[in-house]
Formats: sequence, C-alpha cells, structure tokens
Amino acid sequence: MTRLAYGLVALFGVAAAGLGGYGVLGGAGTLRLAWLVPLGGLELTLDPLGGLFLGLIGFTAVPASVYAMGYPDGGGRGRFAYVVFVVAMCLVPLAANAMTFVIAWELMSLASYFLVLHDRESKESIRAAWIYAVMTHAGLACLLAGMLLLGADVGSLRFADWREAAPALGPTTRNAAFLLLALGFAGKAGVIPLHVWLPLAHPAAPSHVSALMSGVMIKLGVYGLLRASFDWLGTGPPWWGAALLIAGAVSSVIGVLYALVEHDLKRLLAFHSIENIGIILLGIGSAALYQIAGLDALALLGLVAALYHTVNHAAFKALLFLGAGAVVHATGTRNMEAMGGLIKRMPWTAACFLVGSAAIAALPPLNGFVSEWLTFLALFQNTRLDAVGQNLIFTLGIASLALTGGLAMACFVKAFGITFLALPRSDAAARAHEASPMMRLAMLALAAACVALGLGPTLVVPAFGSVAAALLRTAPQATGGDWLTLRVSGEFASLSTAAIAIALAASLLVPLVAFRILGASRQTRPYETWGCGRIVQTARMEYTATAFANPFKRVFDFFYRPTKRLDIEFHPESRFFVERIEYENPTRSIFDDWLYRPALNLLHAGARAVGTLQSGSANQYLAYILAALLLMLVFA
Amino acid sequence: MLVGALRTLKARLVGRRGPRPWQPYADLKKLLAKEAVVSTTTSWVFRATPYVLVATLLVTALIVPVATVRPPLAFAGNIILLVYLFLLGTFFLALAGLDAGSAFGGMGSSREVAVAALAEPTVIVAVFALALRADTIDLGRIVERFGGEPWLAANPAHLLAFAAFFIVMLAETGRLPVDNPSTHLELTMIHEAMVLEYSGRYLALVEWAAAMKLFLFMTLLANLFVPWGLTEPTGPGAVLRGLLALAGKLAVLTMAVAVLETAVAKLRLFRVPELLAGSFALAFLSLMAVFLVR
Repeated sequence: MTRLAYGLVALFGVAAAGLGGYGVLGGAGTLRLAWLVPLGGLELTLDPLGGLFLGLIGFTAVPASVYAMGYPDGGGRGRFAYVVFVVAMCLVPLAANAMTFVIAWELMSLASYFLVLHDRESKESIRAAWIYAVMTHAGLACLLAGMLLLGADVGSLRFADWREAAPALGPTTRNAAFLLLALGFAGKAGVIPLHVWLPLAHPAAPSHVSALMSGVMIKLGVYGLLRASFDWLGTGPPWWGAALLIAGAVSSVIGVLYALVEHDLKRLLAFHSIENIGIILLGIGSAALYQIAGLDALALLGLVAALYHTVNHAAFKALLFLGAGAVVHATGTRNMEAMGGLIKRMPWTAACFLVGSAAIAALPPLNGFVSEWLTFLALFQNTRLDAVGQNLIFTLGIASLALTGGLAMACFVKAFGITFLALPRSDAAARAHEASPMMRLAMLALAAACVALGLGPTLVVPAFGSVAAALLRTAPQATGGDWLTLRVSGEFASLSTAAIAIALAASLLVPLVAFRILGASRQTRPYETWGCGRIVQTARMEYTATAFANPFKRVFDFFYRPTKRLDIEFHPESRFFVERIEYENPTRSIFDDWLYRPALNLLHAGARAVGTLQSGSANQYLAYILAALLLMLVFA
Repeated sequence: MLVGALRTLKARLVGRRGPRPWQPYADLKKLLAKEAVVSTTTSWVFRATPYVLVATLLVTALIVPVATVRPPLAFAGNIILLVYLFLLGTFFLALAGLDAGSAFGGMGSSREVAVAALAEPTVIVAVFALALRADTIDLGRIVERFGGEPWLAANPAHLLAFAAFFIVMLAETGRLPVDNPSTHLELTMIHEAMVLEYSGRYLALVEWAAAMKLFLFMTLLANLFVPWGLTEPTGPGAVLRGLLALAGKLAVLTMAVAVLETAVAKLRLFRVPELLAGSFALAFLSLMAVFLVR
C-alpha cells in the first residue's frame, strides 16, 4: 500500500516533468473550473516559466519517491501528506489567479508542516514544526496582503490582468506590493534573515521529504520572486534589483558560514540551501538591474544563470539529502562526529555523495560550476551600467560569490571527509550497512543528472534562454557557440565543460604512462598510519569536525561570537591526572539575538499592553462596544 | 626547477651553499624508485588523489598563457575555471589528508582549505579588475590587450591588483609567510602536514603537482601583469621568444620571492587571514580605481 502510494507519486512526477517540458518548449494551455473555488474559480495556465518549475518538481519527485519506496520500515506514516505535498507543489507554478495560488501554496505549506512533524515524540521536531508554521504563515500573511493590495488596485485577481495593468499603477502601490510579495516569497525561499525555520524544519522531516523541501519547495519562493519582480509588477525601480542582489550576497555568505560550523549532517545541508538560494538571487538581482537599465541581453544572461542554478541545486541537493538519509538510517545519528569510515561500508552512497559534494562546491566539470560560472559572468559585466553605486553592489556580489565558492568547498571537504573517510568514530558507524537497491537507484539517477547537467550546458542553456526570454518579453538570444562550447556575450568568455572533462580524463592517464617510461616502482605496502610512534591508532585520535571548522570559527569570530566553556575534573591525588574534560564552544546566532528576540519581546510586550483591555468585566466590554459604534458613526 | 632554484637562492642569501637547482628532479627520481606505503585506514580516495591533482594541473597548464597568447584549451575556459580547477585539486588533497585518520592530515586539510577559501575572493576580484580594463576575461586576450597597449598597464589599478595577486600566490603555493615549505614541525606546517602520509610514487606526484602549481601561479603573475614578449603562435620563433621572455620574468620573480622568504618570518596561522584580508582590500581598491578612473 505504502509502496503503491509512492509509486503513484513517482508516475505523477513523470507526468508533471513531461507537462513541464512541454511548457518550456512553448506549449501552453489553460484549465478553468469556475465552480470549484470561490472568488474567480480554479484557473490553471501553463507557460514557459511555470513549465520549468513544474518540470523541476516532477524531475525531483521521481527519485525522491523511488527512494521512499526503498526505505526500509517507516515511510508509511505521512504518505498521505506526501502525496498532497507533491500535488500541491505542482499546482503552485500553474496557478493563474490569486485564489488558486494561495490555496495551492497553503496546501503545500500545511502538508509539509505535517511532514516536518514526522517524529511526534521528539521535542526538537515539535519545536521545528511550530517555528515553521509561524514563519510560513507570517509569509502567507505578507503574500495575501500584497496580492489583495494589487487585486484591489487592478480590480481583478487574475495574474494576466495584473500583467496588463501593472505598469500603469502608482509607484506607491507597486513598491508596497513588491515589498510585501518579496517578503512573503523570500521567507519561503529561506533568504536571510527570514531563514530561521529552514535549518530546523528540513532536518526534522524524513530524508526524501527533506530532499523535496530543499530541492523544490524553497524554489517555489524563487518562482514567486521571479513572478513578482518580472511578471506581475512589470519593470520596477532600481532598488528592487539592488535589494535582491544584496539579499543574495548576504544569504550566500552567511548561509555557508553557518554550514561550516554545523555538525548535524542534515542541518549542514539545510544551511547550504540558504547559500544556494543566495546564489540564485545574485542572478535574479543582476537580471533585474540590467533590465531596468535596458540591457536585455545581460538581463537574459543573469536570468539564465539563476534558472540554471535553480535546476542544478535541485539535482545536487536532493542527491545529498538522499545520501544523508541513507547515512542517518545506517548509523542512527545525524551527528557527523559519530560517523567516519563509511566509504568502506557504503561505497555506493559514498560515491554518490562525493559527486553531490563536488557539484555543490562548484568544482568543474560538474553542474554547480557551470551555473556559478554563468552567475559570475552576469555579475562581471556590470561595467555596462553607468552608475557607480550599482557597480559597487555588483562588486560586493562578485566578492561574496567567490568567498562562498571557497567556503562551500571547505565545508564539503568536512562533510564528506568526516562522514565517510578514515576510521569509524562510533560502533554504530562501524556496523553501518549499504542502502537498499531502490535508494541506490534514486541516488545514482540524481548523480547522473548532476554530471549530465554539468557536461551538457550547450544543450540546456537554450531552453533556459527561451524561458527567460518569455519572462522578460525579449528575443531569446543569450549565448552562442557550437555544441561543444558555450559562448557568452560575444568574445567576453567561453566555456566547454565537455572539453575540460575529456582533458581531465586524458590527464589522469599521464602519470601512469610517465611511471612506465620512467620505470617507477610499482610496489605498494599497506601499513598503518604514521602516529608519531604511538602504539595504537584509534578513532579518538582523528581530526574531528569541530576541529576542522575551528580556523573558520577563529577567523570569523566577530560573526559567530563563540562562547567557550572548559570544565576539567582532576584526579584527587594529583593535578597531572585528568579524570574528565568537557569542552564546549558553541556559536550564537546574531539573528536570534538581534532580530528575533527583540521582535518577540516587542510582541509579548504589545500583547500584554493590549491584554489590559481584557478585564473580564461585562460592563466594560459593553462600554467598548458603545465606543466602537460611536467611532464608526463618526467616521462613516 | 623553480622550486630548486628558489631553494638555491635562499640558501645563497643566508650564506649557505645550498643544493643545486635541479635537486628536485633528483628527489622525484628517487621517490619514483621507492615503494609506496599506503595506510590501511585509507580508501580509494587517498590513492586517486595524486592522479586527480596532477590532472587538474595539467589541464590548467593548457589554459594559462605560458609562451603564447593562445593556450591550447583557451576556448574551454578562463580565469574562473582556472580558480575552480585549483580548488578541485585542493578539495581532493584535503580529503586525502583526512583519509588516513591521523591528526596531522586533518589539521593540514583544515588549514589548507581555510587559506584557499579566503584567498579565492582576492584572485577573482583582482583578475576582474584586469578583465574590466581589457574587456574580456579570456586570459590570453587580457595578455594580448595589455601587451598591445603598454600604457594601459601603467595605472594604479594595475599595481594594486599585482600586489594583491602576489600575496595570494604566496598563500596558494604554500610559501612564507603563510606556510613554510621546508618545515616538518607539526605546528607550523599546512601543506606538508596534509601530504604527510604520502610516499613513493604518490609523493612524487604530489610534489610535482606542488612545484607545477608554483610555476603556473608565477607564470600567471608574470604574464598577466608584465605581458611583453608574448604573441600569437605564428611559428616556433614566436613560441621560443615567449619562453625566453617568460624565463626572464620568472627569474626576476623568483629572486623577489627568495629575498622575501629570507627576510620575513612565518606568520602565526591566525594572522594569515589578516594578510589575506589585506590582499583582498588591495584587490578591491584596484577595482575602485578602475571604476573611478574610467
């Protein structure tokens, strides 16, 4: 029964991917059921942008569902929520009026809320689900306000009407609507500082759901941002683009900084989602600024970079979450410090996770590299803009993207190295077992997708180009070149990952040939690791994840603000014998301390102040009613 | 060769006679003849890493304009690819450092990735400053553009970018004051700690790769910022002239690095980020200069 449900979702995913592909290629269609939903009825439309995101959902839902089918025990609970979750996500990019959109959006949020609450016994899950529910509904409130504002001004709740009427609206309405919509969508996308729910909620859900939440659901926030800033509201003032660009720069760097000091494997991945959303926003922000300046070719490039990274992130993040799920299932813990040596016990999972790690760290020739390369190029060409302030913002984006790339590499050395390499750090890790065949199949498919998206940019970029062109309403012409080489902006830059891959593969053989010519020794002697003459080598002597991240903690201590606590218990006889050492070095979140705590305190104080009205006396309440009535009569 | 020359020069500067410049080749030959000892803790990652590392450097060598402005693989990538190929090598090397399960390897890896991550923005921004003025990010074309119009290079932006890139080169290739290539004291080493477990032919590959990285970085520095002597690959004469020019530029640079290494002491590890932040500031200033002088 459970398997059947997941199998059906997989089939549904195939159908969604097919329909989405049809939309990307220019297919269009509309479905109206006026009787089904109040205020405008259910209305679904397929267009290139919606098709791309629909295809993305289907494309990720297939391996996630196949993986769930192979998940031994469990997976039964929450299957209904899972089905609703996937179907609701598919409806969001198709929605053609505000009512349909909001219902699909809310269904998606509620279903994912139940999935986050998967482990109903654990306090941590309950807290995560609670914060998720609060943040997601605060976002929904912003969205509703923005949509109603637009709807009231335009006089229609259909997106097509907004598209027509938006350029004629007053700047105040447009700015307010943009701000509200952007806040709502950015909250869903996990843009900093609205990210607090993300690292709590994603790890709490089962891994195939985490893969979908991180890979696809937060992308619907990106979808909304694209719709709001390019489609519904038309071309806006420069500060829209600048705000998106700065949000992207901040999210990318801060996301990866938090990931570096995180040792819960799934939370680490969740923080990387924030980072990658930041990279996507860099592309979107630059596209918005270029469009405002009338540089359509460059706007197209920025948008292509953003869309490419959106798809890439879905592929490698789903892969990494599925891999992490297999590891968590095998070892029974999410703590990296208790793992290690898994590459010998789970070779398939390890190989797939390595591919995902290299892809997310943007190492050539995999897919993450191609889209970051495009983002770099989009940012580099800001000299075409003649505004020093904007140039500076772009430079900030370039520097933060470069820093993010380096730090992400460091972080995934830690994630892969500590989890899979060296000696097992706990008994559970030593007894770990390989994932089931279905799970392996799902991971292998995603790893293949990462490689294919990396090697074949010349095949997929034109598709993204046509989607972006449809959104910007310009001619689709972003890149040139032949089947092997991607050429950007004429002579500005070119890239051929396929050639790089071939050259790398050929170069791998060079040392082997050189060894033969030079007559190198071919003997290898297995022996234990050199340990300075110590007799035994145990896992306790290995470098830990905490130690690995420590240089970063020291370098960025102004940001992490770590606290230190050292607790040593000496032997009663002599101070030279230590019985127990406890060392704690936690970091503090500046967002919790400086944004959310004051905000919550304010809310509490406000609630208390309003609470004094509520005295419990019926006479007083009657007086309120009278006062309210009088006020209404006066103002009406 | 460069590594050997650097060692010789350093020794001369402090009054020793020092080894001959081609000593590294003798070292490599000796390493190749020895058997390799591989820790039982390690996995295939450890054994694959030297090959991957060498492969990344061979491919980068095909992208960097060494003797002409048209390197063979120029169409396939540019400076961003170059930076990320170096990162690919570092990624695998750092994994290999963790693989043996000794504290040294982990420490080396952790420090190496920290330095690499912090150096990256500088490289990108410094090269971006150059690319802006040459209006392309293709390395060969940047060299060509500046070679054609020497007055373009006489500019504060150029000098600042050069200084920034020089510091990053020292950091990336593990020279003083960031890392000490001749130490084997665990508290001071970065790169050496990471590759501690390698021996025999694997160590030969790793050492060769490190020397190659130094060569490539110096070539990049020399040809990007002092682009004279490089032309289109019209015939063997042009290539020869390019190589000769490069040899001259590298001799000057090697001298500079040797003097610097003799004169300065190694920085404490946690002072290194300050140095890198300084180099980033230089790169950023260079970019500002481009925007303002434009």
